[in-house]
Amino acid sequence: MSNIRKAFENGKAFIPFITCGDPSLEITEQLVYAAEEAGADLVELGIPFSDPTAEGPVIQAANIRALSGGVTTDKIFDMVRRIRKNTQIPMVFMTYANVVFSYGTEKFVKTAAEIGMDGIILPDVPFEEKEEFDTVCKAHGLDLISLIAPTSHERITQIAKEANGFVYCVSSMGVTGVRSEISSDIGSMVALVKAAKDIPCAVGFGISTPEQAKKMADLSDGAIVGSAIVKLCGAYGKDCVPYVREYIRSMKDAIR
Amino acid sequence: MSKGRFGIHGGQYIPETLMNAVIELEKAYEYYKKDPEFQAELTKLLNDYAGRPSRLYYAARMTEDLGGAKIYLKREDLNHTGAHKINNVLGQVLLAKKMGKTRVIAETGAGQHGVATATAAALMGMECEVFMGKEDTERQALNVYRMRLLGAQVHAVTSGTGTLKDAVSETMREWTNRVEDTHYVLGSCMGPHPFPTIVRDFQAVISKEIKEQMLEIEGRLPDAVLACVGGGSNAIGAFYNFIEDEGVRLIGCEAAGRGVNTAETAATIATGRLGIFHGMKSYFCQDEYGQIAPVYSISAGLDYPGIGPEHAALYDSGRAEYVAVTDDEAVDAFEYLSRTEGIIPAIESAHAVAYAKKLAPTMGKDQIMVINISGRGDKDCAAIARYRGENIYE
Repeated sequence: MSNIRKAFENGKAFIPFITCGDPSLEITEQLVYAAEEAGADLVELGIPFSDPTAEGPVIQAANIRALSGGVTTDKIFDMVRRIRKNTQIPMVFMTYANVVFSYGTEKFVKTAAEIGMDGIILPDVPFEEKEEFDTVCKAHGLDLISLIAPTSHERITQIAKEANGFVYCVSSMGVTGVRSEISSDIGSMVALVKAAKDIPCAVGFGISTPEQAKKMADLSDGAIVGSAIVKLCGAYGKDCVPYVREYIRSMKDAIR
Repeated sequence: MSKGRFGIHGGQYIPETLMNAVIELEKAYEYYKKDPEFQAELTKLLNDYAGRPSRLYYAARMTEDLGGAKIYLKREDLNHTGAHKINNVLGQVLLAKKMGKTRVIAETGAGQHGVATATAAALMGMECEVFMGKEDTERQALNVYRMRLLGAQVHAVTSGTGTLKDAVSETMREWTNRVEDTHYVLGSCMGPHPFPTIVRDFQAVISKEIKEQMLEIEGRLPDAVLACVGGGSNAIGAFYNFIEDEGVRLIGCEAAGRGVNTAETAATIATGRLGIFHGMKSYFCQDEYGQIAPVYSISAGLDYPGIGPEHAALYDSGRAEYVAVTDDEAVDAFEYLSRTEGIIPAIESAHAVAYAKKLAPTMGKDQIMVINISGRGDKDCAAIARYRGENIYE
């Protein structure tokens, strides 16, 4: 069983997203430990990209802060090596196609697998373009995570059939960011996935409150939260760790 | 499987949220492309509204002055709204209307594409919102006013470097936000499939006309066709119908900014490498970790870190050549064409004029060159005056 599957074995999964290097890689490392202590089941590590077209203003700003601080893919790999000495919590990278492609897809994926990452999420690589990445991921035992959106409709079946690890259900139209209301019919999206393949589904985009997380997790196998956490990192900087720990604890408690 | 490839370039690297929208667009385009009624309607708009065909003008004084090839100017600057952008926009907005869309959104650099989109939206009764880098709204304040006058809402984009690439990113984000009733009128031959093909087809009218006009005037094809390249829409339009004519040199002129050896450049072919961005695989200015470079050119319309995938493929195959032209050379050419022919070109088009000035004297008097004057330069006068140290404000 892949490490990612284990993330879905403790009831509903809570999946926090952290932008690597915001405010520093040392703090990112601490955040991963804090997330695990607080009950997170899987951690999404964002490798910052200069032009993240699927992100809202909160994560865009975090990417700029991290890149301005001198974060690079190699430094993030080194951080993961340190983290893996202390925890085996499932972890996936979330970044953009060019970060992987320009590093050399083979070299990137091989290294990510060697240092103990479990998967990669590339929001700008849809089903039609996944082969050039997925072939390499499969060769190195990494899961390329597939995304489905409220506009996917009849595409969900074909996407789910070839999905690995878990399916990332995008809850809403638009980019990442906090929303007051999520109106998409998540239940039927998840049902379509499950009919095609026995694979966990986690819902992300727009979730910030424990109530929203509970509602989304009830309809699926887990909740993914990015912007709300990145907001705390932006607001408290190097002092953000306890705030993020408490926040994750409240979210995991809500969906348990 | 992957679609819309030009060699290894192109593809559809976009969020899943947009996939059904581009698939729907591709289907609609394939249908209407073959629909004689649609084509007749578009031709009527291009002719009666935009003023096509645009003239192919023999630049006698420039030819004499440079003492080499016979120089013709393809006058896209004479189109309604002052640039080639209207060709693509009329096609796309008409297509969007046929698809039942009620709202169009667009990015713009220099403002020419934004103005063209706002114009077509006004003409066809569509809601219109334009995204423009904050820096560009300042460089091209008059075009911002034009768009508002035409009924469009203009959003100043502050993310990233506040230029064209950020305007494209922001328009893509807006499209994922509201895709049902909205068509994204992409302004260049770039982005995810089917945009590079659609934009090229709508701009190919330029080379179709050049070919017909040249055969009529000179009885033969030109030896070289020159055009400026940012994303590359006017260039692909000027090149397309000559790709099969191996004897015609196709030369794209990129913006070198302060020079290809400086960081302040937008010359993608000269300084970029293969990457994936804004929905396509192509060449991009980027650092060793794939972070997109903050590019620079005096020309807001060429200030883009990538190039359309068909150009990337034409470069790979050697069918087209790409050269880099600096700000200084472009400004010289801007002034040169104004004084020599009484034609003020857009600073973008001046990049092609600049290279023509170098190339023409090396060609024989029996040879013929066509320069695509993609737009007019009124919008640039204040900026060029400031470049020369004169404080003129619009």
